[in-house]
Amino acid sequence: MKGKKKDYILLKIATILIIFIFIFIAQRSFDAYIIRILNLCGIYVILGVSLNLINGFTGQFSLGHAGFMAIGAYVSALLYTSPEIKEVNYFITPLIWPLNIIQIPFIFSLIMAGLVSAGVGFLVGAPCLRLKGDYLAIVTFGFSEIIRVLFCNLQSITNGPLGLKGLPSYTNLWWTWGIAIFTVWFIKNLINSSYGRALKSIREDEIAAEAMGVKLFYHKVLSFIVGAFFAGIAGALLGSLVMTIDPNTFSFFMTFQIIIIVVVGGLGSITGTVIVGALFAILMEVLRSVESPMSLFGLNIPGIPGMRMLLFSILLMIVVLFFHQGLMGTKEWSWEWLYKKLMGNKKEIEEGS
Amino acid sequence: MNLNIFLQNLSNGISLGCLFALIAIGYTMVYGVLRLINFAHGDIFMMATFFVYYAIALFSLPWGVACLVAVVLAMLLGRTVERIAYKPLRNAPRISSLCSAIGMSFLLENFAIVVFGGRPKAFYRPEFFSKIFILGGVRIPGVNFITPIVSIIFLLILTYIVYRTKTGLAMRAISKDFDTAKLMGINLDRTISFTFILGSGLAAIGAVLWALRYPQIWPFMGVFPGWRAFIAAVIGGIGSIRGAMVGGFMVGLLTIMIVAFMPGLAGYKDAFIFIILIFVLLFKPEGIFGEE
Repeated sequence: MKGKKKDYILLKIATILIIFIFIFIAQRSFDAYIIRILNLCGIYVILGVSLNLINGFTGQFSLGHAGFMAIGAYVSALLYTSPEIKEVNYFITPLIWPLNIIQIPFIFSLIMAGLVSAGVGFLVGAPCLRLKGDYLAIVTFGFSEIIRVLFCNLQSITNGPLGLKGLPSYTNLWWTWGIAIFTVWFIKNLINSSYGRALKSIREDEIAAEAMGVKLFYHKVLSFIVGAFFAGIAGALLGSLVMTIDPNTFSFFMTFQIIIIVVVGGLGSITGTVIVGALFAILMEVLRSVESPMSLFGLNIPGIPGMRMLLFSILLMIVVLFFHQGLMGTKEWSWEWLYKKLMGNKKEIEEGS
Repeated sequence: MNLNIFLQNLSNGISLGCLFALIAIGYTMVYGVLRLINFAHGDIFMMATFFVYYAIALFSLPWGVACLVAVVLAMLLGRTVERIAYKPLRNAPRISSLCSAIGMSFLLENFAIVVFGGRPKAFYRPEFFSKIFILGGVRIPGVNFITPIVSIIFLLILTYIVYRTKTGLAMRAISKDFDTAKLMGINLDRTISFTFILGSGLAAIGAVLWALRYPQIWPFMGVFPGWRAFIAAVIGGIGSIRGAMVGGFMVGLLTIMIVAFMPGLAGYKDAFIFIILIFVLLFKPEGIFGEE
């Protein structure tokens, strides 16, 4: 087999081209509702993959993702909105000095969002990652609650519980899907590098990993920072997508949705997270029909509000109880598999003829 | 601040502290036995108030009987949660049971939204509880008298069960060493179920007292009392019953006193509690009474 050590470079280029063409067509001709769902797919993929790096690959159960998203959303929004919109928003308490006149392009605000979020990730992670298991989960949850409470109260920076409204809509499919692809590529390469092997060894057995010379603290904090970075960017994208930011969006509920994606997709599988992340965004919209009243064959079925999340919680429980591995376990989809599928079929056809 | 207002706050703080103590015990006992944070505990607390509400609204039971029924139902619910969500995962990795606990909590909350509706409901309270007594210039609502009394009675009963009966001995043995306890012939399943029943019962009593104090019930009402009680359990030393009581009192008093002394910081009171939690976990993770 010649393709054994192949880079599958053609296949990769072809796939990326197909995705780009798809985005191009979608952004032009799909209606706004579908584009919005596709955007959410991209954002959930970023969130799921970045949380999976911390929870699945490093085995450090973090519940703080919503906090990082909040930081990203606010940092970017404060940087990319024009001073006029800020003035309209902050009508009770004016915004503090340097922030009220700054306006920078969207891309730099995204990078700043990621960096600030990663910085906070370092400040939180450095002391807290000494804790293990449930304690880490509580502390990270506590951190995200503290962030939420702070953002609700720091009127002169975040506009408090009023939130930010009328933000410019920069997010489009190029941003969300582009960054989602970048995230997947980055984290996949990280996992397959020596860092990734160190992270997985920490997940399997901390003591053995340390005995083998893996620097526990360094690697844990590293995965936490990378996860926080992408969570911050995803928060920023979400803020610009919905065009309003409310501090209470980033409650435990948000983290819970990402946990569903990661656990159902498989703790330790990027492929699973990507599939479930995209499916989750679509299902959240499709299942709206359950909550709105509908008439079937002349029967009027009243809508049941809250049914969507009940179904998702049941799904989560079923996966946790009966399919410990989730959708993909720790397996990954690979280019080789696709290549073999494509080539294998061709061979069969050739042999048949 | 004059003495009267201080005493008023003190009475509020004490009765809130008692409630947190009642709820915290459920967390601490389950953690002691299974090494698991029972996230669903706060939601059993919430369900108990709805049981009371519907027992009165649908079956028009007298108030006292409704409360009794609710406590029993909450105990059953606690046991069912344990059977469904935690028992199959007893030997699974810790992360699985953590996910299961979080999932169960959300399942109960969303179930409550679907079945009971998301709108807050008014909880019936007999007149005595909202009546305000004036003792030497200090205004104290009736519920502030009842809460500490009821709480202390049940805490004493609990202490008796845990330290003086055979089942209590089994519980303590399991929390000391799971495997050895099994070898000594302790019936694990029954003891663990009993732990959940006991914890849920106390949570239900706490829930009724809570709803008498804040007579408005809705599906997410269990989240914050649950977290604060959990933090109380951690501060007191998780796994220790004495610790849960002391931690509960501290958290209750602190919540009231922060607002009383520093009204400007009232918005931050949840953040304070979490900051205390983080410091306790970082510098003294075994808590006040915990053993390490």
